[in-house]
Amino acid sequence: MDILLRQVGYSYAVDTPFEKRALTDVSLHIPSGSYTAIIGHTGSGKSTVLQHLNALLKPTEGAVIIGDRKIEAGVKAKNLRDIRRQVGIVFQFPEQQLFDETVLKDIMFGPLNYGVPEEEASRRAHELVEQLGLPKEVLGKSPFDLSGGQMRRVAIAGVLAMDPEVLVLDEPTAGLDPRGRREIMDLFHQLHIQKGLTTVLVTHSMEDAARYADQVAIMHNGRCVVTGEPGVIFADEEQLGDYRLEPPRTVRLQRHFEARTGLKLDGISLTEEALAKNIALALAEGRDSE
Amino acid sequence: MMEKMIFGRFIPGDSLVHRLDPRAKILFVFLFIAIVFVANNAITYGLLIGFTLLVVFMSRIRLYFLVNGLKPVMILVIFTFLLHILFTREGAVLLDLGFMSIYEEGLRQGIFIAIRFLVLVFITSILTLTTSPISITDGIEVLLGPFKRLKLPVHELALMMSISLRFIPTLMDETGKILKAQMARGSDIGSGPVKERIKAVVPLLIPLFVSAFKRAEDLATAMEVRGYRGGSGRTRYRQLNWRFKDTASLLVLVALAGTLWYFRS
Amino acid sequence: MNSTILSFEDVTFTYMPEDESVRPAVENLSFSIQDGEWIAIVGHNGSGKSTIAKLMNGLLFPQQGTVRAMGQTMSEESLWDIRSQMGMVFQNPDNQFVGATVQDDVAFALENNGVPHEEMVKRVKESLHQVKMEEYVDHEPHHLSGGQKQRVAIAGALALKPRLLILDEATSMLDPQGRVEVIETIRELREATGLTVISITHDLEEAALADRILVMNAGHKHGEGTPDSVFLEGNELTKLGLDLPFAMRMTHLLREAGLPLTREHMTEDELVDELWTFYSDK
Repeated sequence: MDILLRQVGYSYAVDTPFEKRALTDVSLHIPSGSYTAIIGHTGSGKSTVLQHLNALLKPTEGAVIIGDRKIEAGVKAKNLRDIRRQVGIVFQFPEQQLFDETVLKDIMFGPLNYGVPEEEASRRAHELVEQLGLPKEVLGKSPFDLSGGQMRRVAIAGVLAMDPEVLVLDEPTAGLDPRGRREIMDLFHQLHIQKGLTTVLVTHSMEDAARYADQVAIMHNGRCVVTGEPGVIFADEEQLGDYRLEPPRTVRLQRHFEARTGLKLDGISLTEEALAKNIALALAEGRDSE
Repeated sequence: MMEKMIFGRFIPGDSLVHRLDPRAKILFVFLFIAIVFVANNAITYGLLIGFTLLVVFMSRIRLYFLVNGLKPVMILVIFTFLLHILFTREGAVLLDLGFMSIYEEGLRQGIFIAIRFLVLVFITSILTLTTSPISITDGIEVLLGPFKRLKLPVHELALMMSISLRFIPTLMDETGKILKAQMARGSDIGSGPVKERIKAVVPLLIPLFVSAFKRAEDLATAMEVRGYRGGSGRTRYRQLNWRFKDTASLLVLVALAGTLWYFRS
Repeated sequence: MNSTILSFEDVTFTYMPEDESVRPAVENLSFSIQDGEWIAIVGHNGSGKSTIAKLMNGLLFPQQGTVRAMGQTMSEESLWDIRSQMGMVFQNPDNQFVGATVQDDVAFALENNGVPHEEMVKRVKESLHQVKMEEYVDHEPHHLSGGQKQRVAIAGALALKPRLLILDEATSMLDPQGRVEVIETIRELREATGLTVISITHDLEEAALADRILVMNAGHKHGEGTPDSVFLEGNELTKLGLDLPFAMRMTHLLREAGLPLTREHMTEDELVDELWTFYSDK
């Protein structure tokens, strides 16, 4: 499902002394099936953009087009539930949304709200718990008896259970330990490919954006300033610096290596594995040529 | 609607009213409440309106925001106004509609009560709009100081108040976040029959309580580790400063009371 | 001046003393920390790290063994005196911010300890200067970033002039920028004052800066040593759910890619140096 933001502006608390502009003239196209990373400094407007993707916020200027629905500033939009079923959001620290007596019921909450039959919802819950690497027993437990990492997974399962076509992730691994972080990001990537999802990742981690995304958008002071392929965006250190961002660590190490040895690697390395391979290759070639 | 509501909020600024000692402002409001009841005719109510507008002007809070932000309160004002018009049966009949009549005294009473209500709301709002919640708490703590002798836990009450104030924005943010997360999961708060709505509040309230308890527990730990053991033996970082302008502001009020007394019928 | 500032002697603690089937959160743990040291206690979630923090400040008492701090055995009697000599920063930046504004929060511990007003004003100013937050004296917490709130929390601890600063997962809820801010602050503080620091963390980049690392696993001490010696374990740490520092992961990957790197590198500089040597040798 395509999502298109057309010259979107958004202000909080319009017409009060507390009015605050959050977005100005944001245009962004999220093609169906893409993995888009939205990066930017804290307060750049990333989370405000995110809430427009399933009409939790309605633009105060411009329009958001989600699939075949158009949400326009000043026009009353009806029946947003359909949009919200198709666009699932995993908020930051999603374990805060858990409430039901058992993990099973909590995961089934979303699908049941959207009219999925009970049996089907339960089947999805069972499947997801397994997919997320949780033991089956947790289904009968209270979500509040689980460890932090497990609660996170249950909350994610609760969103995935709605079977969304678009999955929006807001810093989904914040606060997890390194192993948990890697496992969850890999899982989202796997789902993205298996189910042909459209994925939007809002993140502070340039490394995650470089590793997983095929499109990167930079937010700065409420504007979407650049969109492009990660290979291009992360190669332009000057531009990143303008927006108070740093290139991923792999790119920094690559530059460091190139400066020191005078060798030039092919393109830029977006993952650690690629960087290792590229360096080994460059060194082998460099030595051959001498 | 809620975000437009300015009752009880604070707008930082540097006006004379902002710079008054919170104790002076609290006393001012209480005295003013008493003085309002002195007014009983057109001149005295006129003076009250003039005085209120003067205070608003001096606080440099835009009247537009004040009126706009107090709209919900206006409904109440209009309601009391109508009650007086409909149920007072004194004086000459102004309008006879057959099934009911409007009397002169009813209209007079209605207008006066509405004015009384409005000036009170305006002056109280000016207090909260120009004084940070923490200063209000400080002011209350000092003003209530003498009651410590009567074993009233003044320090604890003030601390409780300041911590609650400190956490209001945090919990408001959190409420918004959880609400949105549940809406994204198809929960529909704010539409449908009442029974459905009540059911829809559960997924909002439970996470909110869980988180509030967690925060309270963390906070208690942090306070204990930082050496908090109740009010005794504590010193105060915040000091209040009573200056001449504070005394002056109260004198102005006394003058107002005198003037009203002179003109009342 | 190598005196012990805090020590655990054969400490065991269990949350459920009546239930023998539940493994103690911390079991037979011994270690000691010297004055002026920076020590990192690492372990994945559930390894017993947070229980250690609670035993250090007397929120919990061990069923077995002794906790000693500032030359005293931790007990109901010595508790407050010990606490007045240690500062602690917790995980959630919001839940430890007591004051209505930055300066009120920094003053909180001073008020509790009955410090006179003039002295308080001076110390609040000094501490905020130390964490570079002096411009924010009047800010309210919800207008600060996570990293800024944690720096205020550090200032609040410093105001008491503690002998020991404990960071209990203080960076785990922060964004990368906030994390850098906090770690930089600690580093500068250490350089300026030589304050003893204990950081409890699962971030090995942060741990790599410490003088010594204590690795926890399932309530036991898994290992202890300088960052170099601890990271030498490599994959062993990965199995415990921990990560290796970036330079080290790269070293391993480069070796897998066929480069005969001889050493384990803790920093990018060292790694690039060896790559360069390797390249220019031929």
